Amino acid sequence: MSITPDQVLDCSGMACPMPILKTKKAVDGLQLGQILKMIATDPGSTSDMEAWTRKTGHTLVASEQADGKFIFYIKKSK
Amino acid sequence: MTESTSNRLAIIALHGTLDAAYPPLILATAAAAMDMQCAIFFTFYGLEIIRKGKADKLQVAPIANPAMPMPVPNIVGMLPGMTAVATGMMNSWMHKANVAKLSELLEMAVESGVRMIACQMSMDVMGVKKEDLIDGVEVSGAATFLEFASQNAISLSF
Repeated sequence: MSITPDQVLDCSGMACPMPILKTKKAVDGLQLGQILKMIATDPGSTSDMEAWTRKTGHTLVASEQADGKFIFYIKKSK
Repeated sequence: MTESTSNRLAIIALHGTLDAAYPPLILATAAAAMDMQCAIFFTFYGLEIIRKGKADKLQVAPIANPAMPMPVPNIVGMLPGMTAVATGMMNSWMHKANVAKLSELLEMAVESGVRMIACQMSMDVMGVKKEDLIDGVEVSGAATFLEFASQNAISLSF
């Protein structure tokens, strides 16, 4: 994927709700428009990140799956 | 589409067992991460969750708990030491699944602004003092919780 993230957050191995809590913290630290790449292994993170971005008003720019990892690109949008 | 949404979560934590302590803390921290306002009312045995140094020592009941992954017959569950055995097993499953410790979730709840309300009446009944509780807890009564809950909150009880 040709998105260049401003920050990378690896939540591999973490169970719910840690990926959401860590993502929130990381996105809070970004500037408007910057992109966080979040890597998780929790299969629940796919629907959770969709819900989280919908509720918080940030943008899930793209997501992909590779080698048991779930990768999300989240743009700080507010 | 006119869907009504709420940005408040009001939780009652009633039980002081390992398994019962997780849902309120997971949902509260997740709610805070979703920019929701959240309050947990710790009442009766739920006070154990916010007693200093107690969170990671909460236990699971092996008796009358047929849903445990390895069910223990009640007659065996009655034996001395079985609560510790069941708790040890549960903790090792949690650890294997990389679930955060209760103390970590508590810390994150306080840090992320979840209102932690200890029930004054329960404290009086059970002889718990404010200094027995973790930092960041407020001691109040039913009206405090209800005022928060009445402002369009989703309310859950565990």
